[in-house]
Amino acid sequence: MKSFIYEKADTPEAAVRDIATDGARFIAGGTNLLDLMKLQVETPAKLVDISRLDLATIDDAEDGGLLIGAMVPNSDLAADPRVIANYEVLSRALLAGASGQLRNKASTGGNLLQRTRCYYFYDLASRCNKRSPGSGCDAIGGINRILAVLGTSEHCIATHPSDMAVAMRALDATIVTLKADGDRRRIPIHDFYRLPGDTPHIETVLERGELITHIALPKPPSGRQSYRKVRDRASYAFALVSVAGIIGMESGRIANASLAFGGLGPMPWRDPAVEAALIGQAPTIDAFAAAADALVADAKGHGSNDFKLPLARRTLIAVLRDLTGA
Amino acid sequence: MHFTINGRAYEADVDIRTSILDLCREHLGLTGAKKGCDHGQCGACTVLIDGRRVNSCLTLAVMHQDDEITTIEGLGQIGDPHPLQEAFVRHDGYQCGYCTPGQICSAVGMLDEVAKGWPSHVSEDLAAPLLDDGEISERMSGNLCRCAAYPNIVDAIREVAQAEPEGRTADEKDAAMIGEVLA
Ligand SMILES: Cc1cc2nc3c(=O)[nH]c(=O)nc-3n(C[C@H](O)[C@H](O)[C@H](O)COP(=O)(O)OP(=O)(O)OC[C@H]3O[C@@H](n4cnc5c(N)ncnc54)[C@H](O)[C@@H]3O)c2cc1C
Ligand code: SF4
Ligand code: FES
Ligand code: FES
Repeated sequence: MKSFIYEKADTPEAAVRDIATDGARFIAGGTNLLDLMKLQVETPAKLVDISRLDLATIDDAEDGGLLIGAMVPNSDLAADPRVIANYEVLSRALLAGASGQLRNKASTGGNLLQRTRCYYFYDLASRCNKRSPGSGCDAIGGINRILAVLGTSEHCIATHPSDMAVAMRALDATIVTLKADGDRRRIPIHDFYRLPGDTPHIETVLERGELITHIALPKPPSGRQSYRKVRDRASYAFALVSVAGIIGMESGRIANASLAFGGLGPMPWRDPAVEAALIGQAPTIDAFAAAADALVADAKGHGSNDFKLPLARRTLIAVLRDLTGA
Repeated sequence: MHFTINGRAYEADVDIRTSILDLCREHLGLTGAKKGCDHGQCGACTVLIDGRRVNSCLTLAVMHQDDEITTIEGLGQIGDPHPLQEAFVRHDGYQCGYCTPGQICSAVGMLDEVAKGWPSHVSEDLAAPLLDDGEISERMSGNLCRCAAYPNIVDAIREVAQAEPEGRTADEKDAAMIGEVLA
Protein backbone atom coordinates (compact mmCIF):
# COMPACT_ATOMS: atom_id res chain seq x y z
CA MET A 1 0.00 0.00 0.00
CA LYS A 2 1.21 3.50 -0.82
CA SER A 3 1.32 5.84 2.16
CA PHE A 4 -1.19 8.68 2.47
CA ILE A 5 -2.16 11.64 4.57
CA TYR A 6 -5.13 10.96 6.85
CA GLU A 7 -7.75 13.45 7.89
CA LYS A 8 -10.99 12.86 9.74
CA ALA A 9 -13.92 15.06 8.78
CA ASP A 10 -16.43 16.12 11.42
CA THR A 11 -19.01 17.67 9.10
CA PRO A 12 -19.96 17.17 5.44
CA GLU A 13 -18.85 20.74 4.75
CA ALA A 14 -15.41 20.00 6.25
CA ALA A 15 -15.24 16.79 4.22
CA VAL A 16 -15.71 18.53 0.88
CA ARG A 17 -13.17 21.14 1.96
CA ASP A 18 -10.61 18.51 3.01
CA ILE A 19 -11.01 16.56 -0.22
CA ALA A 20 -9.96 19.48 -2.40
CA THR A 21 -6.38 18.34 -2.94
CA ASP A 22 -4.98 16.20 -5.71
CA GLY A 23 -5.40 12.49 -5.27
CA ALA A 24 -7.60 12.76 -2.18
CA ARG A 25 -10.37 10.21 -1.63
CA PHE A 26 -13.17 9.73 0.85
CA ILE A 27 -13.05 6.60 2.96
CA ALA A 28 -16.26 5.27 4.52
CA GLY A 29 -16.32 1.58 5.49
CA GLY A 30 -13.10 1.08 3.56
CA THR A 31 -14.06 -2.45 2.51
CA ASN A 32 -13.55 -1.71 -1.17
CA LEU A 33 -11.04 1.13 -1.10
CA LEU A 34 -8.58 -0.55 1.30
CA ASP A 35 -8.81 -3.79 -0.63
CA LEU A 36 -7.81 -1.94 -3.81
CA MET A 37 -5.17 0.16 -2.02
CA LYS A 38 -3.43 -3.00 -0.80
CA LEU A 39 -3.03 -4.03 -4.42
CA GLN A 40 -2.10 -0.49 -5.46
CA VAL A 41 -5.00 -0.42 -7.89
CA GLU A 42 -5.94 2.69 -5.91
CA THR A 43 -3.16 4.96 -4.64
CA PRO A 44 -4.78 7.97 -2.98
CA ALA A 45 -2.39 10.60 -1.64
CA LYS A 46 -4.88 11.53 1.06
CA LEU A 47 -7.80 9.84 2.78
CA VAL A 48 -10.63 11.91 4.16
CA ASP A 49 -12.39 9.79 6.78
CA ILE A 50 -16.14 10.36 6.46
CA SER A 51 -17.12 7.36 8.57
CA ARG A 52 -18.06 9.45 11.63
CA LEU A 53 -20.16 12.04 9.83
CA ASP A 54 -23.62 12.47 11.23
CA LEU A 55 -25.12 10.70 8.20
CA ALA A 56 -25.98 7.34 9.71
CA THR A 57 -29.71 7.64 10.25
CA ILE A 58 -32.72 6.55 8.21
CA ASP A 59 -35.45 9.17 8.34
CA ASP A 60 -39.03 9.31 7.11
CA ALA A 61 -39.22 11.75 4.21
CA GLU A 62 -42.06 14.22 3.65
CA ASP A 63 -43.13 12.55 0.41
CA GLY A 64 -43.76 9.25 2.24
CA GLY A 65 -40.39 7.82 1.28
CA LEU A 66 -37.19 7.33 3.24
CA LEU A 67 -34.03 9.40 3.46
CA ILE A 68 -31.08 7.09 4.04
CA GLY A 69 -27.84 8.60 5.32
CA ALA A 70 -24.79 7.71 3.21
CA MET A 71 -23.05 6.27 6.29
CA VAL A 72 -25.84 3.85 7.23
CA PRO A 73 -24.18 0.41 7.27
CA ASN A 74 -25.58 -2.18 4.88
CA SER A 75 -26.60 -4.43 7.82
CA ASP A 76 -28.60 -1.74 9.55
CA LEU A 77 -30.35 -0.75 6.33
CA ALA A 78 -31.30 -4.36 5.59
CA ALA A 79 -32.71 -4.82 9.10
CA ASP A 80 -34.65 -1.56 9.32
CA PRO A 81 -38.33 -2.42 9.95
CA ARG A 82 -39.52 0.20 7.42
CA VAL A 83 -37.24 -1.22 4.74
CA ILE A 84 -38.38 -4.76 5.50
CA ALA A 85 -42.05 -3.76 5.42
CA ASN A 86 -42.06 -1.41 2.40
CA TYR A 87 -38.89 -1.98 0.39
CA GLU A 88 -38.36 -5.72 0.76
CA VAL A 89 -36.39 -5.87 -2.50
CA LEU A 90 -33.74 -3.61 -0.96
CA SER A 91 -33.46 -5.62 2.22
CA ARG A 92 -33.20 -8.86 0.23
CA ALA A 93 -30.58 -7.44 -2.15
CA LEU A 94 -28.42 -6.21 0.72
CA LEU A 95 -28.65 -9.55 2.51
CA ALA A 96 -27.63 -11.35 -0.67
CA GLY A 97 -24.38 -9.36 -0.79
CA ALA A 98 -21.00 -9.97 0.85
CA SER A 99 -20.93 -11.36 4.43
CA GLY A 100 -22.23 -10.38 7.87
CA GLN A 101 -18.86 -8.86 8.73
CA LEU A 102 -18.61 -6.84 5.53
CA ARG A 103 -22.19 -5.61 5.69
CA ASN A 104 -21.51 -4.31 9.21
CA LYS A 105 -18.83 -2.00 7.77
CA ALA A 106 -19.98 -1.30 4.22
CA SER A 107 -21.84 2.01 3.91
CA THR A 108 -24.78 2.88 1.68
CA GLY A 109 -22.74 5.49 -0.22
CA GLY A 110 -19.67 3.28 -0.56
CA ASN A 111 -21.75 0.39 -1.82
CA LEU A 112 -23.05 2.48 -4.73
CA LEU A 113 -19.48 3.42 -5.65
CA GLN A 114 -17.75 0.06 -5.27
CA ARG A 115 -15.57 -0.80 -8.25
CA THR A 116 -15.80 -3.73 -10.63
CA ARG A 117 -14.53 -7.20 -9.70
CA CYS A 118 -13.02 -7.73 -13.20
CA TYR A 119 -9.94 -9.92 -12.62
CA TYR A 120 -7.75 -7.78 -14.89
CA PHE A 121 -8.71 -4.59 -13.10
CA TYR A 122 -7.21 -6.15 -9.95
CA ASP A 123 -4.06 -7.40 -11.65
CA LEU A 124 -1.48 -4.68 -12.21
CA ALA A 125 0.32 -6.85 -14.77
CA SER A 126 -2.73 -6.76 -17.08
CA ARG A 127 -3.89 -4.11 -19.49
CA CYS A 128 -7.01 -2.37 -18.22
CA ASN A 129 -8.56 0.85 -19.51
CA LYS A 130 -10.48 1.35 -16.31
CA ARG A 131 -7.40 1.21 -14.09
CA SER A 132 -4.98 2.71 -16.56
CA PRO A 133 -6.84 4.65 -19.28
CA GLY A 134 -5.65 3.91 -22.80
CA SER A 135 -3.74 0.74 -21.92
CA GLY A 136 -6.22 -1.70 -23.50
CA CYS A 137 -8.56 -4.35 -22.14
CA ASP A 138 -7.32 -7.86 -21.45
CA ALA A 139 -10.81 -9.06 -20.54
CA ILE A 140 -11.94 -8.84 -24.15
CA GLY A 141 -10.73 -12.11 -25.57
CA GLY A 142 -9.64 -13.17 -22.08
CA ILE A 143 -11.45 -14.78 -19.16
CA ASN A 144 -14.66 -12.81 -18.87
CA ARG A 145 -17.04 -15.25 -17.19
CA ILE A 146 -18.21 -12.69 -14.63
CA LEU A 147 -18.30 -9.70 -16.99
CA ALA A 148 -20.98 -7.80 -18.86
CA VAL A 149 -23.15 -8.64 -21.85
CA LEU A 150 -25.08 -5.35 -22.03
CA GLY A 151 -23.93 -1.74 -22.28
CA THR A 152 -20.31 -2.67 -22.95
CA SER A 153 -17.90 -0.91 -25.29
CA GLU A 154 -14.80 -2.00 -27.17
CA HIS A 155 -12.87 -0.38 -24.32
CA CYS A 156 -14.41 -2.14 -21.31
CA ILE A 157 -16.83 -4.97 -20.56
CA ALA A 158 -16.80 -4.72 -16.75
CA THR A 159 -19.91 -5.20 -14.61
CA HIS A 160 -20.95 -3.09 -11.67
CA PRO A 161 -20.88 -5.66 -8.86
CA SER A 162 -23.34 -4.21 -6.34
CA ASP A 163 -26.51 -6.02 -5.30
CA MET A 164 -27.86 -3.05 -3.35
CA ALA A 165 -27.61 -0.71 -6.33
CA VAL A 166 -29.77 -3.06 -8.41
CA ALA A 167 -32.58 -2.79 -5.86
CA MET A 168 -32.05 0.98 -5.65
CA ARG A 169 -32.47 1.17 -9.43
CA ALA A 170 -35.70 -0.83 -9.34
CA LEU A 171 -36.93 1.47 -6.57
CA ASP A 172 -36.05 4.69 -8.48
CA ALA A 173 -33.77 5.97 -5.72
CA THR A 174 -32.26 9.46 -5.86
CA ILE A 175 -28.68 10.21 -4.84
CA VAL A 176 -28.31 13.39 -2.80
CA THR A 177 -24.91 15.06 -2.81
CA LEU A 178 -22.90 17.98 -1.51
CA LYS A 179 -20.46 19.53 -3.94
CA ALA A 180 -17.13 21.14 -3.19
CA ASP A 181 -18.65 24.60 -3.83
CA GLY A 182 -21.34 23.96 -1.21
CA ASP A 183 -24.11 23.24 -3.77
CA ARG A 184 -26.38 20.27 -3.20
CA ARG A 185 -27.92 18.22 -5.96
CA ARG A 186 -30.34 15.33 -6.35
CA ILE A 187 -29.40 12.80 -9.03
CA PRO A 188 -31.96 10.16 -10.05
CA ILE A 189 -30.22 6.79 -10.08
CA HIS A 190 -30.99 6.34 -13.78
CA ASP A 191 -28.72 9.35 -14.46
CA PHE A 192 -26.10 8.48 -11.86
CA TYR A 193 -23.99 5.80 -13.57
CA ARG A 194 -22.23 6.22 -16.92
CA LEU A 195 -21.71 3.69 -19.67
CA PRO A 196 -18.02 2.93 -20.31
CA GLY A 197 -17.78 4.30 -23.89
CA ASP A 198 -14.17 5.32 -24.37
CA THR A 199 -13.80 6.52 -20.74
CA PRO A 200 -14.42 3.42 -18.62
CA HIS A 201 -12.48 4.96 -15.72
CA ILE A 202 -15.33 7.48 -15.25
CA GLU A 203 -18.17 5.50 -13.71
CA THR A 204 -20.64 8.06 -12.40
CA VAL A 205 -21.65 11.67 -12.99
CA LEU A 206 -20.19 12.71 -9.62
CA GLU A 207 -17.77 15.60 -9.84
CA ARG A 208 -14.39 15.53 -8.18
CA GLY A 209 -14.81 15.87 -4.43
CA GLU A 210 -18.60 15.51 -4.52
CA LEU A 211 -19.90 13.80 -1.38
CA ILE A 212 -22.93 11.54 -1.32
CA THR A 213 -24.86 12.57 1.77
CA HIS A 214 -28.09 10.59 1.34
CA ILE A 215 -30.00 8.20 -0.82
CA ALA A 216 -33.69 9.05 -1.07
CA LEU A 217 -36.34 6.42 -1.73
CA PRO A 218 -39.72 7.52 -3.09
CA LYS A 219 -42.87 6.31 -1.37
CA PRO A 220 -43.20 2.53 -1.45
CA PRO A 221 -44.25 1.06 -4.82
CA SER A 222 -47.38 -1.06 -5.02
CA GLY A 223 -47.23 -4.77 -5.65
CA ARG A 224 -44.90 -7.55 -4.67
CA GLN A 225 -41.11 -7.30 -4.53
CA SER A 226 -38.28 -9.79 -4.73
CA TYR A 227 -34.56 -10.10 -5.37
CA ARG A 228 -33.10 -13.20 -6.94
CA LYS A 229 -29.35 -13.71 -7.20
CA VAL A 230 -27.65 -16.48 -9.15
CA ARG A 231 -24.02 -17.11 -8.22
CA ASP A 232 -21.29 -19.73 -8.19
CA ARG A 233 -21.86 -20.73 -4.56
CA ALA A 234 -24.82 -20.48 -2.22
CA SER A 235 -23.50 -17.48 -0.29
CA TYR A 236 -20.67 -14.92 -0.15
CA ALA A 237 -20.16 -14.60 -3.91
CA PHE A 238 -20.90 -11.87 -6.42
CA ALA A 239 -23.86 -12.18 -8.78
CA LEU A 240 -23.54 -13.83 -12.16
CA VAL A 241 -27.07 -12.61 -12.81
CA SER A 242 -29.47 -10.98 -10.40
CA VAL A 243 -32.97 -9.58 -10.77
CA ALA A 244 -34.72 -7.02 -8.58
CA GLY A 245 -38.41 -7.15 -9.36
CA ILE A 246 -41.49 -5.18 -8.35
CA ILE A 247 -44.79 -6.20 -9.96
CA GLY A 248 -48.27 -4.87 -9.20
CA MET A 249 -51.38 -6.66 -10.46
CA GLU A 250 -54.86 -5.25 -11.14
CA SER A 251 -57.84 -7.33 -12.31
CA GLY A 252 -55.61 -10.19 -13.38
CA ARG A 253 -53.23 -8.04 -15.42
CA ILE A 254 -49.82 -6.56 -14.74
CA ALA A 255 -50.43 -2.93 -13.78
CA ASN A 256 -46.93 -1.82 -12.86
CA ALA A 257 -43.54 -3.41 -13.37
CA SER A 258 -40.08 -2.36 -12.34
CA LEU A 259 -37.19 -4.70 -13.13
CA ALA A 260 -33.50 -4.09 -12.63
CA PHE A 261 -30.62 -6.45 -13.28
CA GLY A 262 -27.20 -7.13 -11.76
CA GLY A 263 -24.28 -8.99 -13.31
CA LEU A 264 -25.26 -8.02 -16.85
CA GLY A 265 -24.04 -4.48 -17.38
CA PRO A 266 -21.59 -1.78 -16.32
CA MET A 267 -24.33 -0.29 -14.15
CA PRO A 268 -27.40 -1.70 -12.44
CA TRP A 269 -29.37 -2.36 -15.61
CA ARG A 270 -32.92 -1.33 -16.41
CA ASP A 271 -34.58 -1.40 -19.80
CA PRO A 272 -37.98 0.24 -20.44
CA ALA A 273 -38.65 -2.28 -23.22
CA VAL A 274 -38.69 -5.13 -20.68
CA GLU A 275 -41.30 -3.39 -18.56
CA ALA A 276 -43.33 -2.28 -21.61
CA ALA A 277 -43.56 -5.92 -22.70
CA LEU A 278 -45.31 -6.74 -19.41
CA ILE A 279 -47.58 -3.83 -18.53
CA GLY A 280 -51.22 -4.52 -19.37
CA GLN A 281 -50.51 -8.18 -20.05
CA ALA A 282 -51.95 -11.20 -18.29
CA PRO A 283 -49.21 -13.09 -16.42
CA THR A 284 -48.55 -15.79 -18.98
CA ILE A 285 -45.37 -17.56 -19.95
CA ASP A 286 -45.66 -15.96 -23.39
CA ALA A 287 -45.67 -12.48 -21.90
CA PHE A 288 -42.71 -13.35 -19.67
CA ALA A 289 -40.81 -14.77 -22.64
CA ALA A 290 -41.44 -11.56 -24.61
CA ALA A 291 -40.01 -9.53 -21.72
CA ALA A 292 -36.99 -11.84 -21.53
CA ASP A 293 -36.46 -11.51 -25.28
CA ALA A 294 -36.50 -7.73 -24.93
CA LEU A 295 -33.92 -7.92 -22.15
CA VAL A 296 -31.34 -9.84 -24.17
CA ALA A 297 -32.19 -8.36 -27.60
CA ASP A 298 -28.99 -6.30 -27.68
CA ALA A 299 -26.94 -8.53 -25.39
CA LYS A 300 -23.60 -9.82 -26.59
CA GLY A 301 -21.47 -12.52 -24.99
CA HIS A 302 -17.68 -12.40 -25.02
CA GLY A 303 -16.91 -16.10 -24.90
CA SER A 304 -16.75 -17.35 -21.35
CA ASN A 305 -19.77 -15.25 -20.35
CA ASP A 306 -22.07 -16.38 -23.21
CA PHE A 307 -24.01 -18.41 -20.66
CA LYS A 308 -25.34 -15.20 -19.14
CA LEU A 309 -27.83 -14.71 -21.98
CA PRO A 310 -29.89 -17.85 -21.35
CA LEU A 311 -29.30 -17.48 -17.60
CA ALA A 312 -30.67 -13.92 -17.61
CA ARG A 313 -33.73 -15.03 -19.58
CA ARG A 314 -34.49 -17.89 -17.23
CA THR A 315 -33.86 -15.91 -14.07
CA LEU A 316 -36.18 -13.13 -15.22
CA ILE A 317 -38.92 -15.59 -16.12
CA ALA A 318 -38.55 -17.34 -12.75
CA VAL A 319 -38.84 -14.02 -10.90
CA LEU A 320 -41.91 -13.03 -12.91
CA ARG A 321 -43.59 -16.37 -12.17
CA ASP A 322 -42.82 -15.90 -8.52
CA LEU A 323 -44.14 -12.36 -8.31
CA THR A 324 -47.33 -12.98 -10.26
CA GLY A 325 -48.03 -16.48 -8.96
CA ALA A 326 -48.26 -17.72 -12.57
CA MET B 1 -2.15 6.32 18.38
CA HIS B 2 -4.30 5.06 21.26
CA PHE B 3 -6.59 2.03 21.35
CA THR B 4 -8.93 0.19 23.67
CA ILE B 5 -8.68 -3.54 23.11
CA ASN B 6 -10.33 -6.12 25.33
CA GLY B 7 -11.02 -3.41 27.89
CA ARG B 8 -7.35 -2.43 28.14
CA ALA B 9 -5.81 0.85 26.95
CA TYR B 10 -2.86 0.68 24.56
CA GLU B 11 -0.55 3.30 23.03
CA ALA B 12 1.24 2.37 19.82
CA ASP B 13 3.41 4.25 17.38
CA VAL B 14 2.37 2.62 14.12
CA ASP B 15 2.38 3.46 10.42
CA ILE B 16 -0.77 5.18 9.14
CA ARG B 17 -1.42 2.16 6.86
CA THR B 18 -1.70 -0.33 9.72
CA SER B 19 -4.86 -2.44 9.84
CA ILE B 20 -6.37 -3.46 13.17
CA LEU B 21 -5.27 -6.99 12.29
CA ASP B 22 -1.62 -6.00 11.89
CA LEU B 23 -1.82 -3.70 14.91
CA CYS B 24 -2.93 -6.60 17.11
CA ARG B 25 -0.66 -9.25 15.66
CA GLU B 26 2.52 -7.35 14.86
CA HIS B 27 2.56 -4.59 17.45
CA LEU B 28 0.55 -5.63 20.50
CA GLY B 29 1.28 -9.35 20.73
CA LEU B 30 -2.40 -10.23 20.33
CA THR B 31 -2.01 -13.02 17.79
CA GLY B 32 -5.44 -14.61 18.22
CA ALA B 33 -6.97 -12.98 15.14
CA LYS B 34 -5.49 -14.67 12.08
CA LYS B 35 -4.51 -13.42 8.65
CA GLY B 36 -5.95 -15.68 5.99
CA CYS B 37 -6.40 -13.57 2.87
CA ASP B 38 -5.96 -9.94 4.01
CA HIS B 39 -8.78 -9.00 1.58
CA GLY B 40 -12.06 -9.60 3.40
CA GLN B 41 -12.61 -12.96 1.76
CA CYS B 42 -12.08 -15.51 4.57
CA GLY B 43 -13.14 -14.15 7.98
CA ALA B 44 -10.07 -15.47 9.86
CA CYS B 45 -9.37 -11.93 11.08
CA THR B 46 -12.86 -11.29 12.49
CA VAL B 47 -12.96 -9.11 15.61
CA LEU B 48 -15.72 -7.12 17.31
CA ILE B 49 -15.75 -3.34 17.12
CA ASP B 50 -18.26 -1.88 19.57
CA GLY B 51 -19.81 -5.34 19.63
CA ARG B 52 -20.19 -5.66 15.83
CA ARG B 53 -18.25 -8.28 13.93
CA VAL B 54 -15.96 -6.94 11.19
CA ASN B 55 -12.97 -8.07 9.12
CA SER B 56 -10.01 -6.48 10.89
CA CYS B 57 -7.84 -6.79 7.76
CA LEU B 58 -10.05 -4.23 5.98
CA THR B 59 -10.02 -1.66 8.77
CA LEU B 60 -7.47 1.07 9.33
CA ALA B 61 -6.41 1.19 12.98
CA VAL B 62 -6.23 4.99 12.83
CA MET B 63 -9.99 5.10 12.13
CA HIS B 64 -10.86 3.15 15.30
CA GLN B 65 -8.98 4.85 18.09
CA ASP B 66 -12.11 5.69 20.03
CA ASP B 67 -13.87 2.35 19.63
CA GLU B 68 -13.96 -0.73 21.86
CA ILE B 69 -12.18 -3.53 20.04
CA THR B 70 -12.64 -7.12 21.22
CA THR B 71 -10.48 -9.96 19.96
CA ILE B 72 -10.65 -13.64 20.79
CA GLU B 73 -8.25 -12.94 23.69
CA GLY B 74 -10.97 -10.77 25.26
CA LEU B 75 -13.74 -13.33 24.97
CA GLY B 76 -12.34 -16.01 27.24
CA GLN B 77 -9.30 -16.98 29.23
CA ILE B 78 -7.58 -20.27 29.90
CA GLY B 79 -9.63 -21.82 32.69
CA ASP B 80 -12.52 -19.49 31.99
CA PRO B 81 -13.54 -19.99 28.38
CA HIS B 82 -16.41 -18.29 26.58
CA PRO B 83 -19.44 -20.58 26.14
CA LEU B 84 -18.75 -20.66 22.39
CA GLN B 85 -15.14 -21.71 23.00
CA GLU B 86 -16.38 -24.53 25.22
CA ALA B 87 -18.92 -25.57 22.64
CA PHE B 88 -16.32 -25.59 19.83
CA VAL B 89 -14.15 -27.90 21.94
CA ARG B 90 -17.06 -30.14 22.86
CA HIS B 91 -18.23 -30.46 19.25
CA ASP B 92 -14.81 -30.62 17.61
CA GLY B 93 -15.59 -27.43 15.70
CA TYR B 94 -12.13 -27.32 14.08
CA GLN B 95 -9.24 -29.38 12.84
CA CYS B 96 -6.16 -27.17 12.37
CA GLY B 97 -7.75 -24.33 14.34
CA TYR B 98 -6.58 -21.53 12.07
CA CYS B 99 -10.06 -20.20 11.31
CA THR B 100 -11.35 -20.79 14.86
CA PRO B 101 -10.70 -17.40 16.53
CA GLY B 102 -12.45 -15.72 13.61
CA GLN B 103 -15.29 -18.25 13.69
CA ILE B 104 -15.86 -17.66 17.40
CA CYS B 105 -15.70 -13.85 17.24
CA SER B 106 -18.01 -14.00 14.24
CA ALA B 107 -20.45 -16.31 16.04
CA VAL B 108 -20.55 -13.94 19.04
CA GLY B 109 -21.42 -11.04 16.74
CA MET B 110 -23.84 -13.18 14.77
CA LEU B 111 -25.79 -14.31 17.85
CA ASP B 112 -26.08 -10.69 18.88
CA GLU B 113 -27.49 -9.86 15.43
CA VAL B 114 -30.00 -12.68 15.89
CA ALA B 115 -30.94 -11.31 19.33
CA LYS B 116 -31.63 -7.95 17.66
CA GLY B 117 -33.96 -9.69 15.22
CA TRP B 118 -31.82 -9.05 12.12
CA PRO B 119 -32.84 -11.17 9.13
CA SER B 120 -30.55 -13.05 6.74
CA HIS B 121 -30.58 -13.98 3.07
CA VAL B 122 -32.38 -17.26 3.85
CA SER B 123 -35.01 -15.83 6.22
CA GLU B 124 -38.43 -16.53 4.77
CA ASP B 125 -40.04 -13.85 6.92
CA LEU B 126 -37.60 -10.94 7.17
CA ALA B 127 -39.55 -9.53 10.10
CA ALA B 128 -39.36 -12.72 12.19
CA PRO B 129 -36.32 -14.86 11.35
CA LEU B 130 -35.93 -18.24 13.06
CA LEU B 131 -32.46 -19.58 13.78
CA ASP B 132 -32.30 -23.01 12.15
CA ASP B 133 -29.19 -24.73 10.77
CA GLY B 134 -29.64 -23.15 7.33
CA GLU B 135 -29.69 -19.74 8.99
CA ILE B 136 -26.54 -20.48 10.99
CA SER B 137 -24.69 -21.57 7.84
CA GLU B 138 -25.80 -18.53 5.86
CA ARG B 139 -25.01 -16.10 8.67
CA MET B 140 -21.57 -17.68 9.15
CA SER B 141 -20.76 -17.76 5.42
CA GLY B 142 -18.21 -14.97 5.87
CA ASN B 143 -15.98 -17.43 7.73
CA LEU B 144 -14.32 -20.04 5.58
CA CYS B 145 -12.84 -23.21 7.05
CA ARG B 146 -10.24 -24.93 4.90
CA CYS B 147 -10.56 -28.05 7.03
CA ALA B 148 -14.32 -28.02 6.36
CA ALA B 149 -15.29 -28.44 10.01
CA TYR B 150 -18.59 -26.78 9.06
CA PRO B 151 -21.05 -29.38 10.42
CA ASN B 152 -19.41 -29.31 13.85
CA ILE B 153 -19.17 -25.53 13.84
CA VAL B 154 -22.93 -25.39 13.21
CA ASP B 155 -23.49 -27.91 16.04
CA ALA B 156 -21.46 -25.80 18.46
CA ILE B 157 -23.19 -22.56 17.57
CA ARG B 158 -26.65 -24.15 17.67
CA GLU B 159 -26.00 -25.42 21.17
CA VAL B 160 -24.98 -22.01 22.47
CA ALA B 161 -27.82 -20.27 20.63
CA GLN B 162 -30.33 -22.59 22.27
CA ALA B 163 -28.84 -21.96 25.71
CA GLU B 164 -28.82 -18.18 25.28
CA PRO B 165 -31.03 -16.73 28.05
CA GLU B 166 -33.86 -14.53 26.77
CA GLY B 167 -33.43 -10.79 26.82
CA ARG B 168 -29.70 -10.74 27.33
CA THR B 169 -27.66 -10.17 24.19
CA ALA B 170 -24.37 -11.86 23.46
CA ASP B 171 -22.87 -8.41 23.61
CA GLU B 172 -23.95 -7.75 27.19
CA LYS B 173 -22.79 -11.17 28.25
CA ASP B 174 -19.35 -10.58 26.76
CA ALA B 175 -19.13 -7.19 28.38
CA ALA B 176 -19.91 -8.83 31.73
CA MET B 177 -17.42 -11.56 31.03
CA ILE B 178 -14.61 -9.23 30.04
CA GLY B 179 -15.32 -7.23 33.19
CA GLU B 180 -14.98 -10.37 35.31
CA VAL B 181 -11.73 -11.36 33.64
CA LEU B 182 -10.20 -7.97 34.23
CA ALA B 183 -11.41 -7.71 37.84
C1 LIG C 1 -14.97 -10.47 -0.13
C2 LIG C 1 -16.00 -9.46 -0.52
C3 LIG C 1 -17.23 -9.88 -1.02
C4 LIG C 1 -18.18 -8.96 -1.40
N1 LIG C 1 -19.37 -9.40 -1.91
C5 LIG C 1 -20.29 -8.51 -2.33
C6 LIG C 1 -21.52 -8.93 -2.91
O1 LIG C 1 -21.79 -10.13 -3.04
N2 LIG C 1 -22.40 -7.98 -3.32
C7 LIG C 1 -22.14 -6.65 -3.18
O2 LIG C 1 -22.99 -5.84 -3.57
N3 LIG C 1 -20.99 -6.22 -2.65
C8 LIG C 1 -20.07 -7.11 -2.22
N4 LIG C 1 -18.88 -6.66 -1.70
C9 LIG C 1 -18.56 -5.23 -1.79
C10 LIG C 1 -19.05 -4.39 -0.64
O3 LIG C 1 -20.45 -4.29 -0.71
C11 LIG C 1 -18.40 -3.01 -0.81
O4 LIG C 1 -17.03 -3.16 -0.54
C12 LIG C 1 -18.98 -1.98 0.13
O5 LIG C 1 -20.36 -1.80 -0.09
C13 LIG C 1 -18.27 -0.65 -0.03
O6 LIG C 1 -18.72 0.24 0.97
P1 LIG C 1 -17.65 0.98 1.92
O7 LIG C 1 -18.40 1.91 2.79
O8 LIG C 1 -16.77 0.01 2.60
O9 LIG C 1 -16.86 1.80 0.81
P2 LIG C 1 -15.36 2.36 0.79
O10 LIG C 1 -14.42 1.27 0.50
O11 LIG C 1 -15.11 3.21 2.00
O12 LIG C 1 -15.49 3.32 -0.45
C14 LIG C 1 -15.71 2.85 -1.77
C15 LIG C 1 -15.58 4.03 -2.73
O13 LIG C 1 -16.65 4.96 -2.54
C16 LIG C 1 -16.17 6.25 -2.22
N5 LIG C 1 -17.12 6.76 -1.22
C17 LIG C 1 -17.56 6.09 -0.11
N6 LIG C 1 -18.53 6.79 0.49
C18 LIG C 1 -18.71 7.93 -0.25
C19 LIG C 1 -19.60 9.05 -0.14
N7 LIG C 1 -20.49 9.15 0.86
N8 LIG C 1 -19.53 10.03 -1.08
C20 LIG C 1 -18.63 9.94 -2.10
N9 LIG C 1 -17.77 8.92 -2.24
C21 LIG C 1 -17.82 7.92 -1.33
C22 LIG C 1 -14.76 6.04 -1.72
O14 LIG C 1 -13.95 7.17 -1.99
C23 LIG C 1 -14.32 4.85 -2.54
O15 LIG C 1 -13.88 5.25 -3.80
C24 LIG C 1 -17.91 -7.57 -1.28
C25 LIG C 1 -16.70 -7.13 -0.76
C26 LIG C 1 -15.73 -8.06 -0.39
C27 LIG C 1 -14.43 -7.56 0.16
S1 SF4 D 1 -13.25 -5.13 -18.77
FE1 SF4 D 1 -12.89 -3.04 -18.05
S2 SF4 D 1 -12.12 -3.40 -15.98
FE2 SF4 D 1 -11.84 -5.37 -17.07
S3 SF4 D 1 -9.80 -5.27 -18.04
FE3 SF4 D 1 -11.23 -4.47 -19.53
S4 SF4 D 1 -11.12 -2.26 -19.16
FE4 SF4 D 1 -10.33 -3.22 -17.32
S1 FES E 1 -7.76 -12.08 6.65
FE1 FES E 1 -9.40 -10.69 6.83
S2 FES E 1 -10.97 -11.72 5.78
FE2 FES E 1 -9.27 -12.99 5.37
S1 FES F 1 -10.14 -25.64 11.37
FE1 FES F 1 -8.64 -25.56 9.83
S2 FES F 1 -9.38 -23.88 8.66
FE2 FES F 1 -11.00 -24.22 9.98
